[in-house]
Amino acid sequence: MNESGDPMTSSSDTAAPESAVISLAPAVHEAATVERATVFATSDLAVYYGDFRAVRDVNLVIRQHEITAFIGPSGCGKSTVLRCFDRMNDLIEGARVEGSLTYHGIDLYGPDVDPVEVRRRIGMVFQKPNPFPKSIYDNLAFGPRLNGIKKKGQLDDIVERSLRRAALWDEVKGRLKASAMSLSGGQQQRLCIARCVAVEPEVILMDEPCSALDPIATARIEELMQEIKADYTIIIVTHNMQQAARVSDRTAFFTTELNPESDRRTGRLVEFDHTTKMFSNPSDERTEMYVTGRFG
Amino acid sequence: MTLTTIDSTGGSAARSVTAGLTKQGIDVRGKVIEGLLIASLAVSLLIIAVLVGDMVQRSWSVWTDRGTDFLSSGLSITDASAAGVWPGIKGTIALMFLVVLLAFPLGIACAIYLEEYAGNSRFARWTRVNVRNLAGVPSVVYGLLGLGIFVKLLNGLGEPGAELQDSGFFLFRWFGNILDWLSGNNGRNVVAGALALSALVLPIIIITTIEALRAVPRAIREGALGVGATQWETIRHHVLPAASPGILTGTVLSLARAAGEAAPILIVGAVTGTLITGNQGLVEQMSGPFTGLPAVIFSYARLPGDDFRAVTAAAALVLLVLVLLMNGFAIWLRNRYERKW
Amino acid sequence: MKLQTSRGRRFRDRLARAVLTIGALMTFLITVLIIGTLAFDAWDFVRQVTEAEPGLGWKLVVVVLAAFGIAAVVGWLVMRIGGGSTARLGLGLRVLAFVSVVCLGLTIVGGWRMLNRLGTEITEVGWFPRRGLFDMTTVIVGTFMIVLIAMLVAVPLGLGAAVYLSEYANPRVRRTVKPILEVLAGIPSVVLAYFAITFINPNIVVRFFDPPDRAFSMLAAGIAVGVLTVPIIASVTEDALRAVPLSLREASFGLGAQRAQTTFRVVFPAGVSGIVAAMILGISRAIGETMVVAIAAGAVGGALFHFTPLAPGQTMTAAMAGLSFGSDQVAGNAAAFQSLFFIGALLFVMTLGLNVLGDKLVTRVREAY
Repeated sequence: MNESGDPMTSSSDTAAPESAVISLAPAVHEAATVERATVFATSDLAVYYGDFRAVRDVNLVIRQHEITAFIGPSGCGKSTVLRCFDRMNDLIEGARVEGSLTYHGIDLYGPDVDPVEVRRRIGMVFQKPNPFPKSIYDNLAFGPRLNGIKKKGQLDDIVERSLRRAALWDEVKGRLKASAMSLSGGQQQRLCIARCVAVEPEVILMDEPCSALDPIATARIEELMQEIKADYTIIIVTHNMQQAARVSDRTAFFTTELNPESDRRTGRLVEFDHTTKMFSNPSDERTEMYVTGRFG
Repeated sequence: MTLTTIDSTGGSAARSVTAGLTKQGIDVRGKVIEGLLIASLAVSLLIIAVLVGDMVQRSWSVWTDRGTDFLSSGLSITDASAAGVWPGIKGTIALMFLVVLLAFPLGIACAIYLEEYAGNSRFARWTRVNVRNLAGVPSVVYGLLGLGIFVKLLNGLGEPGAELQDSGFFLFRWFGNILDWLSGNNGRNVVAGALALSALVLPIIIITTIEALRAVPRAIREGALGVGATQWETIRHHVLPAASPGILTGTVLSLARAAGEAAPILIVGAVTGTLITGNQGLVEQMSGPFTGLPAVIFSYARLPGDDFRAVTAAAALVLLVLVLLMNGFAIWLRNRYERKW
Repeated sequence: MKLQTSRGRRFRDRLARAVLTIGALMTFLITVLIIGTLAFDAWDFVRQVTEAEPGLGWKLVVVVLAAFGIAAVVGWLVMRIGGGSTARLGLGLRVLAFVSVVCLGLTIVGGWRMLNRLGTEITEVGWFPRRGLFDMTTVIVGTFMIVLIAMLVAVPLGLGAAVYLSEYANPRVRRTVKPILEVLAGIPSVVLAYFAITFINPNIVVRFFDPPDRAFSMLAAGIAVGVLTVPIIASVTEDALRAVPLSLREASFGLGAQRAQTTFRVVFPAGVSGIVAAMILGISRAIGETMVVAIAAGAVGGALFHFTPLAPGQTMTAAMAGLSFGSDQVAGNAAAFQSLFFIGALLFVMTLGLNVLGDKLVTRVREAY
């Protein structure tokens, strides 16, 4: 990313975004013509930590079986917004949400909604892989067991299915009782994806899932995302613009704005559209500056 | 060796640097200081050796003459050859058992609440502050409190207990029996002693448990919650198992501390002279006068004569071995099972 | 679509939360009970004393106000000299100053003669609970004596051992020696008390000095308390020194300094708040030690007011322990009983102040690196 913001720097000095546009997956073109069902809809969503408004004016729609990417400079609130979708912000003291966020029409922050069930349906994969310090089998069986599945046969099936889904089965099928911590970083992250999948969610949220991984592991996960897209809805936060361009159907671009009174930066959504459009012909000037690398 | 870079700054600088680098002499001052430091370490270690050695040597006659008989004999303040530590051992075991029952569940529950559930509410803040402040209070204060609060409390249960015992309803009678038992010996029984020790040990348990819980990385909790677990399920299946080596180590160390404390049980009323139990059953004994190993040592230490010195040494050795075994176990636990995140 | 988990799971979650909250609540109530009892009985004692000797109440108020004033001045001075970063140190010093002045004040204002209910004539001043004489100065001075002797023993040994282990020793030595020092930390105080009368007193006190009592002395007790304090000083100091980053030492060696110079001119100053914390926690430990004094300092029935370490003596803690024998007599004398609560409250405040200060300094060390 070109940090200097120097307009005289040629955009071809950075990893060329133009080539990224060319290598978009073919599925994206399909998305441009088919309007899928809405899963999430936000309206003027804002997140506060105490009195500090961290993000504002988030208006977007997440559609089923699409991969939506959140991109933007650091501190712009993309992870914060992501964590609203599975009510993970509840864990932070003093965090609250204003505006509306609906899931299939239901207000996600309504009084009748149990965050535990929300998190079953809307799973999350984190930046640093966080497998439980238990066996591979137990990592995957944990969720289903909570939901009442006790029979070994059923659990075995779920474990195998989830590992196959995450493209990890062949590598670990002989050592399911081994500790999950003995896997490599990339394998651990795929295990976390499998763990997510084991409770049969509808949505998978991914918070910079590849930032702690090497390029080969990253590529495998990006491949995986394309494979499972047909069964899940995915939202991915990434600081890697090219990854967003490669992988996603729609992209949301966030940025930060300096609040003159408090001297702190608040994040906001700038533009949200089909990925092809965002990277080739964005409507907002700030988006264009970001995707062409003129500011980091 | 010539130093070409320093020549320009002046001859004397070059000379002193050369001299420093090629000095052949020994750094006397440095060696002296190092020697002093080694000496202080050596003295500290020597003290332990002398302490243990002295105890073993002085108590040798007891072990050779009487062997394990010493462990099973009752107390005596007149006849050293018949004096033993059995009431002390019984009492200490009973005290530790009760402390585990009273302090550990309460302390661990409180710690889990403070670390996992409570935020920064006023209640949580006040509780943390109070616990922190009580952790360093001298044990003798807990003895005073044991006398002023717990003994008084238990003693006060005697009257209602007696009244309930006369009731027609069997549950009331049963409850009355319990109250009567608790108020034994005017409240100066092993339960009061255990209450005082539990109060002593409670803050330490809470603090060590909180630290053990804190050491478990947030990522694990997030992973569990992210799959749709409730908070209690996360704690029960992931946080507690991960923290349990640390919690266990802390509790065993606290127990060892409680076992070695003399002041609280003495003030609450541990018997220092003789303790005759006759043919009472175990439960009945527990509601009567009690003592513990530290109190027994205290009692024997004040008696004159070399015979009793030997007995005291033997009793002290028993307590020391007990405490060291517990501490050693705790340290072994920590080294074997503690996870480095 | 209902976004709810199963009833069973919700119930278990709520139940667990309720049980744990009750646990915390009970703990809170217990702590309040403890602190409250101490405060209440201490206050009751002060009230009684003030009734008996009216002027004393005012003297007490003056002492407390003076203590606050001096503490505030000390804190302000430290902050001015040290700049903003020593704000916490200032608070701690204020607490320490307050505690010391209160004790000093009680001692000065003192000659706190509790009412001699029995009316017997005693020419000497001292702490004789059975006879109804409660001169608080005696026991406070006794505590100070023990603490002084203990620190004279514990600081060189503890600091020296810690510095050696942290700066000089190779990892193997450290790995074998540290557990042994932890063993020292676990020795019960009765055992060390026994050691004081059977070994320290005959071999050290009687041999080198000429004490009035051949069996008991404050010196023997003080040395034993010092031995008990070595582990805490050693471990906190060692943690503080280890927390100083390696890069500082490397910089010093790189300039050609010897190890001793590096240790004392670079590492020590960097770790000074941890070392001060160690001393403070050590003082707190020494103040709170009971059994060693109760057994080895020999003033079971009572003690005269004196400054001589070679004689038997009494401290605040051992005086409280004196309750354990002859308790019936003490119980009969209600004011005597409550005077011990007052001492207990005083002890609590002293050790509280020291521990708070020590802990703040320790966290300061942890945060700094």
